Amino acid sequence: MPANGTDAKLGFYDRAYAWLNERFKIDALVEYMGDKKVPVHGHSAFYYFGGISLFLFIVQVITGILLLMYYRPGADTAYESVRFIVSNVQFGWLVRSIHSWSANLMILAVFIHMFTVYFTYAYRKPRELTWLTGIGLLGLSLMFGFSGYLLPWNELAFFATRVGTGMAGAIPVIGRDILVIMRGGEEVTGATIGRFFGLHVAILPGIFTVLLAAHLIFIQRQGMSEPLHWHDRAETDKKYQRFFPSFLLRDLLVWLIVLNVLAILAVLFPDGIGVVHWPLGTKADPFAPPPEVIRPEWYFMFAFQALKMLPAHVLFIEGELFGILVFTVGGVIWALVPFLDRKTGGQKARYYMAFGWLVLAFIIVMTVIGYVLE
Amino acid sequence: MFSRVLAVSIMIVALSLVGLPALAADNCQTCHFEFEDEDGASHKFVRDIHGQKGLGCVDCHGGDPSLDDMDEVRREKDYRGVPSHLEVPRFCARCHSDAAYMHEYNPSLPTDQLEKYKTSVHGQRLFNNRDDKVANCISCHTVHEIGDAKMPHSSTHPVNLIATCGKCHSDADYMAGYGIGTGQVDDYVVSVHGVALLERNDLGAPACNDCHGNHGAAPPGVTSLSAVCGNCHAIEAGLFNTSPHEPAFAANDFPMCETCHSNHKILKPDDSMVGTHHEAVCAECHASDDGTRAFAIAGTISEALSRLVTAHGQAGEVLSEAIEKGMMTTDEEFRFKEVDQALIQARTMVHAFDADSVLSRTGPGILKADSVRVNSAALIDEYHFRRKGLGFATLFITILVVALYIKIRRIDRGLNE
Amino acid sequence: MAPIKSSRRGFLEVILGGGVLATLGAVVYPVIRYIIPPAAGEAKLSQLKLPFTRADIEADPKKAKYFKYGRNLGIIYLTEKNELRALAATCTHLDCTVQHRPDLGIIWCSCHNGRYDLDGNNISGPPPRPLERYAVKETDDVILVSRENA
Repeated sequence: MPANGTDAKLGFYDRAYAWLNERFKIDALVEYMGDKKVPVHGHSAFYYFGGISLFLFIVQVITGILLLMYYRPGADTAYESVRFIVSNVQFGWLVRSIHSWSANLMILAVFIHMFTVYFTYAYRKPRELTWLTGIGLLGLSLMFGFSGYLLPWNELAFFATRVGTGMAGAIPVIGRDILVIMRGGEEVTGATIGRFFGLHVAILPGIFTVLLAAHLIFIQRQGMSEPLHWHDRAETDKKYQRFFPSFLLRDLLVWLIVLNVLAILAVLFPDGIGVVHWPLGTKADPFAPPPEVIRPEWYFMFAFQALKMLPAHVLFIEGELFGILVFTVGGVIWALVPFLDRKTGGQKARYYMAFGWLVLAFIIVMTVIGYVLE
Repeated sequence: MFSRVLAVSIMIVALSLVGLPALAADNCQTCHFEFEDEDGASHKFVRDIHGQKGLGCVDCHGGDPSLDDMDEVRREKDYRGVPSHLEVPRFCARCHSDAAYMHEYNPSLPTDQLEKYKTSVHGQRLFNNRDDKVANCISCHTVHEIGDAKMPHSSTHPVNLIATCGKCHSDADYMAGYGIGTGQVDDYVVSVHGVALLERNDLGAPACNDCHGNHGAAPPGVTSLSAVCGNCHAIEAGLFNTSPHEPAFAANDFPMCETCHSNHKILKPDDSMVGTHHEAVCAECHASDDGTRAFAIAGTISEALSRLVTAHGQAGEVLSEAIEKGMMTTDEEFRFKEVDQALIQARTMVHAFDADSVLSRTGPGILKADSVRVNSAALIDEYHFRRKGLGFATLFITILVVALYIKIRRIDRGLNE
Repeated sequence: MAPIKSSRRGFLEVILGGGVLATLGAVVYPVIRYIIPPAAGEAKLSQLKLPFTRADIEADPKKAKYFKYGRNLGIIYLTEKNELRALAATCTHLDCTVQHRPDLGIIWCSCHNGRYDLDGNNISGPPPRPLERYAVKETDDVILVSRENA
């Protein structure tokens, strides 16, 4: 671009940029980002799922704040206030619906993001901490989902929460205490709403933001991971695009499309569709008989189904306890995989790949069984 | 010691296998049970309320149950054997009219059945005419399989009662000579009461006995009709009794409800019953030139009702469309119930045969129905508004996406150049 | 060629700018409408504050008043002992609205002469079930009604 003569000839944006640059040295930032390169190859599309997760999280924050204006936690008010939001507040139905759709899509995006990272060995050195913070973010997302599900205090949520927290009671020695702490008492009551509400709108967002910041800074410092088969490829055979503006603008493009998909889903299916649904229904009544089918949300289905299918006793321990143990061990291996699997090639790496496919197959099969066979 | 315990145990087991009604001492039941098949009296009696209360054959039929030989039993002086058709009422009344005796088994059961039966058409013919075709106790209650009317399998349970009465009253050959027709059950089954009782299992709906009485069964007289129907239809009866029709019907010996609604085939009343057209019930007696205001009033009532019905129907249609579209219709559903009530009340008010009474219900009802219709229509508009909004948002975003895509392509090209 | 190209570029910039503004509008419009407080002010509690006082019930010739409870109708009435009681007002037989009959000391459905006692138990006529009872709380001049088991 040829340098222009005087300031007066510059447009508004150029002058604003100059004003900011003088104060914050933005040139350095742009230069830094301009140097960053994103590899272009057959699986490049998966690079966008981290960004999609981030976008959906931002949507969650905005719609969550909007819902907070009218939502009132408590056994006497929670259901009534959600009902008020969807029936009396203008566009309240839209805000609740987008919050619910976005929550489900975010979990989906996070899962896809995680598995693609796993299957491309992108967790390996130097990205161990990126992987760990990512696992932390996944855990927090699941806790967001679990705690948010109860907040409307309807029949569906009440019984799902009772079953969900009940599972914690199966943990030996400390299970009972964990259950009481989670429920705020022996039973799921108005006290439980208070706890879940605090968790959902204050504690989890706080921790999430810190972890998310770390996760993003790590990525910015290290750049995108290159696929394994690039390692022995000549520099000239590698194709890149610039992070700024090429990749960032494409990210923006994807975000816009996701926003549109969200709007379409929220307007056409405000209460969700199929097994992903959240009708307000009737208010929770602890004395009412539980509905015939108590289902957790779809992303807990595999665990729920696996625990249900275990026999009463496995190797002298209670079936449910055995299941929780297996999940814990599996989860720890999954989280520590960057420290266990370090070398490219070799037998060991193939085992970890097989482990990944096994976990994915297990999750898919259990989820399908949970919905189809029950 | 041990052998004695064993012997007693075996006895207890054996006894419980034989069954309680056939306890050791009752030789009648034991023998009859062995030689009779499933339809035999002794088999049925196990299900009979008397059997279940611990009574035995001898409590009705007399004799000594400890005797083995049937001929010896018959020689016992209190042996009563099998009563004839004409003897049955007094045979049952031996216990059922004995308040002290009945008290031991069921203190709440009345003991006036025989007295009532004597007042019934059945009883009068049986005792006065020695008619052995009319119903006695066992015609309705069965023999040896008698059940509490509250039990669903009992022949006198409301749902089964229709067939029980119809056993004789629908049989043209059997009823020949009595001159009362045999179409009652067929008529009742299609009536509003029959449909409610037999199809919807609404035990609040009247069966035969609720209008005719049970033991004192008789057709309600012209004068008692208001009390019989008014038992449930209290408001209608009350309105009628203060209406100009009451003295007119009385003077002409018209039975009050029946004249317009018939008796067994009481169909769900239709608004077309009121009015000036020639199918209207009103037109059977009234004409435009009969010198009364009746014809004009019938016209006004009919018109007011049909206006409310139309408004109600339109509101309901729009409301269900709004419900079907998934809109929040709680408030309108609540108000629509009020319209329902207005329509019920307006139709009830017809029995005052006074235009103002009906108009006092249809007026507010129509206003409410209209507001439900308008508000529900607004909800449907909102539904379309949402889709239109989505359409615009999608359009904007799509334009932006396309423009951004072109921009990105250009920037990339610029960077590569 | 150059002027055409630049005008095409200018056109794209306009579309881009317009698209951004329109999309922002599509997002911000519902948010602003959402923030505007609705007419009803705030969510109604499951505990309903009745829009009338005990004096209004006393003044009623039938010593009773109706109120809207969710999508249902409720009835509140004064017993002989000056006690307030509340029931669902929809007859369990065929959905007519019941009324208080202080002269008989019953709750009465005029459609088929169904009768309930003052606790809502069905005592005669066609009603198959009792009426649902609501809990009544009275403080100062305010009457609060709620479902008993919630």
